[in-house]
Amino acid sequence: MDFTLKIWRQNGPKDKGRFETYEIENITPETSFLEMLDILNQKLIKEGKSPVAFDHDCREGICGMCGLYINGRPHGPDDDITTCQLFMRKFKDGDTIVVEPWRAKAFPIIKDLIVDRSAFDKILQEGGYISVCTGEAPEANSILIPPEVAEEAMDAASCIGCGACVAACKNASAMLFVAAKVSHLALLPQGKIEAAKRVKAMIAKMDELGFGSCTNTRACEIECPKNISISHIARLNREFLKANF
Amino acid sequence: MFLNSSVGKKIVVSVSGLFLALFLVVHLFLNFLTVVDDSGDAFVEACNFMERNFIIKIMEYVLAAGFIFHIFYTTYLTWKNRSTRTTNYHVSQKTEVSWSSQNMWISGFVILGFLILHLYNYWYKFKFDESLEVEPIGKFYLVVQLFHQWYYTLFYIIWFIALGLHLNHSIQSGLHTLGLTNQKWIDRLNLISSLYAIFITVGFSIISLYHYLTYVLNNY
Repeated sequence: MDFTLKIWRQNGPKDKGRFETYEIENITPETSFLEMLDILNQKLIKEGKSPVAFDHDCREGICGMCGLYINGRPHGPDDDITTCQLFMRKFKDGDTIVVEPWRAKAFPIIKDLIVDRSAFDKILQEGGYISVCTGEAPEANSILIPPEVAEEAMDAASCIGCGACVAACKNASAMLFVAAKVSHLALLPQGKIEAAKRVKAMIAKMDELGFGSCTNTRACEIECPKNISISHIARLNREFLKANF
Repeated sequence: MFLNSSVGKKIVVSVSGLFLALFLVVHLFLNFLTVVDDSGDAFVEACNFMERNFIIKIMEYVLAAGFIFHIFYTTYLTWKNRSTRTTNYHVSQKTEVSWSSQNMWISGFVILGFLILHLYNYWYKFKFDESLEVEPIGKFYLVVQLFHQWYYTLFYIIWFIALGLHLNHSIQSGLHTLGLTNQKWIDRLNLISSLYAIFITVGFSIISLYHYLTYVLNNY
């Protein structure tokens, strides 16, 4: 398969950035999108050009490091996947593929397709944890949790913090990310104790870092590789109301 | 603290929006009186009741404040949300989201434009036309006769469609913002929201069309 790639190139945070066009040939359909970029980079290095910088780590859809805006969709034209799980068979031979970084004020571009997502870490530092003394793991049955509650908490906890929710949202809102963290902990007995303090602190941090407001378009839910429901945003809203009144 | 946060702000917008959406049912009921009683007596009686009732008089001010607040505050928030991206995407979004959810500002803007025309056509004349105090039945004729002109009927139907698109997203979004949804209810509320939008759009449109068609058939 042959493709024309239009890739965003930006030398650094202060550079204006521009698209550059590359032709890539003889790509097999079973090649992953990131492997295709690896092949492109090998070619660029051989030609003495600077390779395209992009984030990646586990390449198994677990770590949340990869994240590219491909042809108008975060993580590309497939559902419930991360960019590393996207394969070239999802495209047609001869396609033009436009690759952009996540675009949000709160995620400044470091280089090319790599963005600084430390804003998520800062939000987590405000309360995405339980203040307990660490030690040996307690007996699992000492605190009983109904399976449906545990399941819902686990669904929320499956968030890998990739930032696709922010990338997909027209307001660059981080509500789904924050809601997943708040909901995960608010559902469980250990997390309930600090629920009020947590929701207020995490929302305040989210606002301070320049993320937009949620207008419930559900774009985040559609593009979330872990299929996290916006019903967690409703829980976040409930927790916020409870914490304030 | 509450009103400074993005969640607090949208909760306030939701409350104002749901209040305005609820008012539409009252308005639709009043309009419906022009259809069920073509002498106009029922409509005029309802108008007189509303003009005399103290609570409704207060609600008129609350409603006006609700509209003004909702329009200005949502415009401000939309403008603020636009500033969260310094560079727009080269390829426009391909995520399949509903048009109404993505374009609340556009449908809202259309609604506002027609609202000004509507307030001039009715509210202003009801309040300041002295002849209507002498002959209250004139209020009924004022309502009905506007729809004798095909372009007004068309304008109003366009307005009701814009209103329906706005409501289609706003009801479920408002309830969601107030935290009244969960995984079971989220799709049910989406359906309720769409049904409410259809009810309001079709309800108002039918009344407008009824007056237009009655006039056309009577003069055929």
